[in-house]
Amino acid sequence: MKTLDFDWKPLALVPLLALGIFPFIGSSSTWITLTVAGLAMGMIIFIIASGLTLVFGLMDVLNFGHGVFIALGAFVATSVLGAMSDYTQSESMLRNMLAVLPAMMVAMGVAGAVGLVFERFIVRPVYGQHLKQILITMGGMIIGEELIKVIWGPAQIPLPMPEGMRGSLLFGDAAIEKYRLIAVAVGLLVFAILAWTLVRTKVGLLIRAGVQDREMVESLGYRIKRLFVGVFVVGSALAGLGGVMWGMYQQSVTPQMGAHVNVLIFIVIIIGGLGSTGGALIGALLVGLMANYTGFLAPKVALFSNIALMAAILLWRPQGIYPVTNR
Amino acid sequence: MSENLLTLEGVHTHIGAYHILHGVNLTIPKGQLTMLLGRNGAGKTTTLRTIMGLWQASQGKVTFGGRDITQLNTPQIAELNIAYVPESMGIFSDLTVKENMLLAARSARRASQMDADRLKWIFSLFPAVEKFWNHPAGKLSGGQKQMLAVARAIVEPRELLIVDEPSKGLAPAIINNMIDAFAQLKASGVTILLVEQNINFAKRLGGTVAVMDNGVVVHAGSMAELAEDTALQQSLLGLAL
Repeated sequence: MKTLDFDWKPLALVPLLALGIFPFIGSSSTWITLTVAGLAMGMIIFIIASGLTLVFGLMDVLNFGHGVFIALGAFVATSVLGAMSDYTQSESMLRNMLAVLPAMMVAMGVAGAVGLVFERFIVRPVYGQHLKQILITMGGMIIGEELIKVIWGPAQIPLPMPEGMRGSLLFGDAAIEKYRLIAVAVGLLVFAILAWTLVRTKVGLLIRAGVQDREMVESLGYRIKRLFVGVFVVGSALAGLGGVMWGMYQQSVTPQMGAHVNVLIFIVIIIGGLGSTGGALIGALLVGLMANYTGFLAPKVALFSNIALMAAILLWRPQGIYPVTNR
Repeated sequence: MSENLLTLEGVHTHIGAYHILHGVNLTIPKGQLTMLLGRNGAGKTTTLRTIMGLWQASQGKVTFGGRDITQLNTPQIAELNIAYVPESMGIFSDLTVKENMLLAARSARRASQMDADRLKWIFSLFPAVEKFWNHPAGKLSGGQKQMLAVARAIVEPRELLIVDEPSKGLAPAIINNMIDAFAQLKASGVTILLVEQNINFAKRLGGTVAVMDNGVVVHAGSMAELAEDTALQQSLLGLAL
């Protein structure tokens, strides 16, 4: 019954969008390149958005400061990778990974630790007050950006992709950048770990239940605020990881990069349904694909294509594609 | 005279600008079933939510097993082995029946770690819980959800079971099933506090009774006494049995 009742329609949107756009693109090699680029972009956005959607679902907290963890992760990566240039300049993928993996771990650790402080001093005093949450978390992001400027300077810093991750693989006439395949793989790994945790562990069960009815979870004897702190820290760490991925994708980082990505993140979690990890994945893939297809077909439309996508989805399902909260 | 497990002394509760409870005095004897009756808006649900810490008492004292729990938060109160079934049932509709039960079993991390004998007993009380074990709880009927809500509350032994209107909106056959289940729970020695509007439901379960009106307890005694006194029912509840 559970399998039969699965709502597959939102899942079908991703292949429908990809296949529906094919006649307009014409060339199959271009279509493959754009599709993989869109999926890679979508996966990076998902990594960043997954924590934010749970933060909203669990505690009804609107964190407009999430972007600061993206920028922080990216800047930490510039420092770590800069110190390991011997490894990043090697053409061996293995040696590259020996630099990129520690950079990701350190970025996640720093973003998670800052997330802990952010939750304690910025978010916790405004539980249950949406307007104050928006204002104070945006203020927190501005302070975070200024602190990044103090540490790393206000200028754009290059975050060159390691040598072994540059270049493309050819599949027939289609050229697919290696880094995009890596981004898809990392995104799938993060999704698999999140899905396993949410479905197979008691903590995951508590998070899923808390997103639906946190008062009842507390009535069963669980301290949901502690759980929320954990989710906030993990969400911040994932944003830091996403920042590393996004920075390498753009090959440069700026203190304002988080604020720019923030818009896409909020589109994704609104499309997905607030609190839904699966919805965030589908929303992120749709946003990534839409940005790449419209960027190729009609660059002027690309500026508002994701807003139009969100509007269309909300006309179909006003609570998002997989709503899990009643808020 | 039996020992009291739960005592409310002069409890006041405000919800925003509204003063809902005006000094509730209530005692729940250990090992007995107590019915909390009253008209709509009398303050029954507020009393239960205040006991559970979901709304904080602004004045007065709540004592459980001799310990002052007035200032404790909801998880701390639940950890004292108090189970609560709200009027809305609080079923997690996106989780399966099994996952709902596992969540309430605080000592178990996996379904296999739940007490098998106790589950067997629960299945005998509520066969629907076993039948729909792996199904999403959101797909259950109203009666089945209510059974799951009560089953979830007793998945591990609890000292006090608090249930808000278990018969609300249920078909007569399901109500009979629910009455049988509560009768068995009562016989097992669990202390139960039930809020009810269905006087026939209350009458069949017996025990002690407290009647609320306008945020205070206006009558306390035995159910048998209230059931026999039509005039008292009329004055307290505005109805006759």
